[in-house]
Amino acid sequence: MSAVLDTHGHGDHAHDDHGHAPSGWKRWVYATNHKDIGTLYLLFSFTMLMIGGVLALLIRAELFQPGLQLVNPELFNQFTTMHGLIMVFGAIMPAFVGFANWMIPLQIGASDMAFARMNNFSFWLMIPAGLMLAGSFFMPGGAPAAGWTLYAPLTLQMGPSMDAGIFAMHILGASSIMGSINIIVTILNMRAPGMTLMKMPMFAWTWRITAYLLIAVMPVLAGAITMTLTDRHFGTSFFNPAGGGDPVMYQHIFWFFGHPEVYIMILPAFGIVSQIIPAFARKKLFGYSSMVYATASIAILSFIVWAHHMYTTGMPVTGQLFFMYATMLISVPTGVKVFNWVATMWRGSMTFETPMLFAVGFIFVFTMGGFTGLILSMAPIDLQLQDGYYVVAHFHYVLVAGSLFAMFAGAYYWMPKWTGVMYKESRGKLHFWWTLIAFNVTFFPMHFLGLAGMPRRYADYPMQFADFNAIASVGAFFFGFAQVYFFFFIVLPCMLGKGEKAAQQPWEGAEGLEWEVPSPAPHHTYETPPKLNADANKVIG
Amino acid sequence: MQTNFQLMRKLLMVSLGMFAFGYMLVPMYEAFCLWTGSNVLSLSERESKNSMNGRASMPLNTQVDTSRTISVEFDTNVRGPWHFSPMTRSLNVHPGELVTVMFEFENIQNRTMSAQAIPSYAPQQAAAHFNKIECFCFNQYTLAPGEKKLWPVTFYINPKMSKDVKTITLSYTFFEVGASV
Repeated sequence: MSAVLDTHGHGDHAHDDHGHAPSGWKRWVYATNHKDIGTLYLLFSFTMLMIGGVLALLIRAELFQPGLQLVNPELFNQFTTMHGLIMVFGAIMPAFVGFANWMIPLQIGASDMAFARMNNFSFWLMIPAGLMLAGSFFMPGGAPAAGWTLYAPLTLQMGPSMDAGIFAMHILGASSIMGSINIIVTILNMRAPGMTLMKMPMFAWTWRITAYLLIAVMPVLAGAITMTLTDRHFGTSFFNPAGGGDPVMYQHIFWFFGHPEVYIMILPAFGIVSQIIPAFARKKLFGYSSMVYATASIAILSFIVWAHHMYTTGMPVTGQLFFMYATMLISVPTGVKVFNWVATMWRGSMTFETPMLFAVGFIFVFTMGGFTGLILSMAPIDLQLQDGYYVVAHFHYVLVAGSLFAMFAGAYYWMPKWTGVMYKESRGKLHFWWTLIAFNVTFFPMHFLGLAGMPRRYADYPMQFADFNAIASVGAFFFGFAQVYFFFFIVLPCMLGKGEKAAQQPWEGAEGLEWEVPSPAPHHTYETPPKLNADANKVIG
Repeated sequence: MQTNFQLMRKLLMVSLGMFAFGYMLVPMYEAFCLWTGSNVLSLSERESKNSMNGRASMPLNTQVDTSRTISVEFDTNVRGPWHFSPMTRSLNVHPGELVTVMFEFENIQNRTMSAQAIPSYAPQQAAAHFNKIECFCFNQYTLAPGEKKLWPVTFYINPKMSKDVKTITLSYTFFEVGASV
């Protein structure tokens, strides 16, 4: 996105640079500008998406046919583990932090994030963590192979790469916590006058709630993996039954983090979609305050449902019932959101540019993933489907078609602002349909595989699963190539400044302060707090 | 309005607090499981007689047949210059119950000997149901002059043993290995 970033402010903003903006590599390594750091986050997470994607394709290549063709089961387990860890902690979470860095100061009329140097630190911490994660493949014994959930007691028995994995998670967690603190302080303290909390754009709202979730649960994960680490090396027995510990305890602590974590990965997506749907339906967001309260309810409920990941660990029936009903309860605020989006589109003058296509695609496919989640929430059914491909289908429907689609929607929506260049609409549409179809070809058959009883995390399967697996593998490769196409034919031309110049307000119906600054957004924006209109979506001098 | 740094400090405290909370979950779960007994997972554990006020309990061994009592007598045959005797002469046990008895041995010669004990049972049909988990008769021993030993036998009687057997005699004979008898 050098096109944007090399265009240091001119005219009104000429005074902003003070003539000593760092250039070259120093600009990125010493970056304190929220836009530069946002760009770094987005590029980093896209790189991790590609690495995680290659691992996914290796998994799918092995599963193309029954039998062992390409990799041995140990390496296969490393692939599934690292695919999960890299996608969750390396791709999706940093990508949303990248969006937050770029957009939140622009959306609330702040000049930058509250703690610019901490922002730099939280980004550059991710590099050693990412290297350590990816490098663990080259350690003796290979990468961690205990699944992305890192369940004890398997983690207590693994080789030294497990320690590398744990340290990487510690660092990524510290980075997330710093990023979250930064976002909360920015949102609470640095809004432009007149931008009250209940006038904030939905993306800022969902990120505020996400950031609260992050500072509440990332330390719990840090605790769980620290216990694993001390069990491994310092003679404690938190999870070691031989010393009086309990491996199921790990699952409880992990999922106390893990369930809010899944909302950490989806709430910012809700925010992005809540921005895009009104823009292209040319209507105000239906039920703004109910959206805010629904987001908060989802966040609060997410703390009391963790054990629905553990129905088969031998919970008493009372416990299963509690977690089952609590889980089902989450579908109420989520339903409020989906209905609000649909109501926003209702009788709107809709147009279907690529961001809108991805947003509508998000609602459609994410809702399918939500419904399979509702099915899995029922303990009697979950006992059958636990650790099978139905679960794999479910969480890819909400994470890929949910989080990733929303990020694509957001990228198309804001790329003109980031780069000052309009992407080619025909290419965007091709990318959307290609992605949507390939996604469903990949993951829809997994529902059938799961219902037929195919378990997760195996390198091999019996003959009766062969056809659906072959279809899924073909779809996966198409899906992967679509993302390569996205980078080289859509993102890269925009970053290099090739293409039509974008207007300050490229979308007819879009509202918000980010559209009140030129495209590409100058290096420094809102250095002096802007004066806002009553709706806090326009600058009036 | 709080300054940025005040707010950051508070949020950092929250995350430190949550780190501690992660550790606190361990004793909290322990207390919760003890209170509700929700870590007692099988029906047999829950209904066992030694349960603590009907909740959490130690598992009860359901294999013991308390309706029967069998008298087990211990006997030793000393076939050489050594002392060898059981510390318990006889014992009443239930089938399925795990019992340990001790045997005493002393080599009173002034030379080192190698020896092994061989068990025999009366009546004969008890032998198949007399399950020894630990017995000195499993091994050969090399014993220094004047060496004293205290040897355990841990066994249980299979509840499938015929109801006619009321008394079992377990007799050990100690043979020197490699010596002429």
